Amino acid sequence: MNEFTLPLAEETVRSLRVEDHVALSGTIITARDLAHKYLVSNDIPELTPWLKDAVIYHCGPIVKKVGSKYQIIAAGPTTSMREEPYMADLIRKYRLKGIIGKGGMGAGTLKAAQKYGCAYFQATGGVAAITAQVVREVKAVYMLEEFGVPEAIWVLRVEKFPLLVTMDVCGQSLHHIIKKRSESKRNKLLFG
Amino acid sequence: MLGKIVELIRLTATELSPDILSALKAARSREASYGAAQSIYDRILANADLAKEESIPLCQDTGIPIFRVNLPEHESAQNVHNILKKAVKKATKLNYLRPNAVDTLTGKNSGNGVGIGIPQVEITRWNKDYSEIGLMLKGGGSENVGAQFSLPDEDINANRDLDGVKNCVIEAVYQAQGKACPPYFIGVGIGGDRAGSMKLAKEQFWRKLKHSHPQLRDLEEDLLVKLNQLGIGPMGVGGSTTVLSVKADYLARLPASYFVSVAFTCWAFRARFLTIRRGEYTYE
Ligand code: SF4
Repeated sequence: MNEFTLPLAEETVRSLRVEDHVALSGTIITARDLAHKYLVSNDIPELTPWLKDAVIYHCGPIVKKVGSKYQIIAAGPTTSMREEPYMADLIRKYRLKGIIGKGGMGAGTLKAAQKYGCAYFQATGGVAAITAQVVREVKAVYMLEEFGVPEAIWVLRVEKFPLLVTMDVCGQSLHHIIKKRSESKRNKLLFG
Repeated sequence: MLGKIVELIRLTATELSPDILSALKAARSREASYGAAQSIYDRILANADLAKEESIPLCQDTGIPIFRVNLPEHESAQNVHNILKKAVKKATKLNYLRPNAVDTLTGKNSGNGVGIGIPQVEITRWNKDYSEIGLMLKGGGSENVGAQFSLPDEDINANRDLDGVKNCVIEAVYQAQGKACPPYFIGVGIGGDRAGSMKLAKEQFWRKLKHSHPQLRDLEEDLLVKLNQLGIGPMGVGGSTTVLSVKADYLARLPASYFVSVAFTCWAFRARFLTIRRGEYTYE
């Protein structure tokens, strides 16, 4: 497994290939449906420096407030495909270097990722307990009032977040490969 | 009693039962060393250890609590229903369950885990002298990929026979791909009306043994082999195990209809039992 510290350099991203195991340490930013929709046509000035060259995490965490501090209870990935309409725009706008989620994304994202140098990392779904463990600190939160806890934009410091590259800058998508493969098997099983 | 049910919920949400754990371990050993699939099993198994040790939910989606209760004649059913609801509220407060009940009209989360129809409770009388409370926590991801077919279905080459039934299940798993956190457990309901067929499919998750009817047992075994040929693998990254078990059962049907329902459960298969016998509580 290769360990990387964020932010990711462009040449690092361009060296990653589908099925590489990586562990990321540093700052990542959560974004779900509302955040994507909002950021495509608006800016949050204090957030912009965080987002530049950043790695975005498709996640709606469970958060507990302890005194004035926030603590992440569970932070598994959510299905990325819902953000497909916005993803390419956000990659271009903020020059995002990575997206963490589950299930992979579509052709638009893959194209933007190729062009601007961005990789897609799949986190294992459902393993809430160990995923919460890699989140070491909540550094900031934006749009908490407006969006609510799961949809708010959380700036998190993670340590050694274990991930699998499933879309790379060469235009390969493990999700497409597996689907294609299972499709020919399906056709054979159904139609002989 | 309330505390005993809260404990049943805690146990179900935080500890995989031994048979599920060993099925996942066996699946791990069927994958290539250091590959993507194996690394996912490593994460799943490490997560299971940590969740158990620290008593935190295995997955943030603690799903819909489904209680299946068997009572002797003399127990009051109303009483049990109330206690189960209270226990869900308490377990939600203790963070064993995520607040998971959303009012469908207002879009508001009740915050306490209880809503219209949530938890699901089914109470049956039996002629034994002890009570049994089964609890299953079924996540939303796996519920979303469930499917129902009405045969014949030309698109998937499915006629009104068991080969047609198999095609329905293959199609449902192919469509689901890695969306609902495979490896999956599959329940199949054949015949009945629409509601009965899906109910039967989901009831299969309570059954541990293979079907006693040879035709259905063959169907289960054959489907397990075929589904795993799809190669979708854990979390959809490719691998030799896409499905860990297939359980099927049937109902009579009307001459006009032939339904096939396919229900899914993700790798986080969470089901437990509490037996109450003369004031003694046993968890399984
Ligand atoms: S499908 Fe299962 S493991 Fe995946 S997020 Fe839902 S409940 Fe958790």
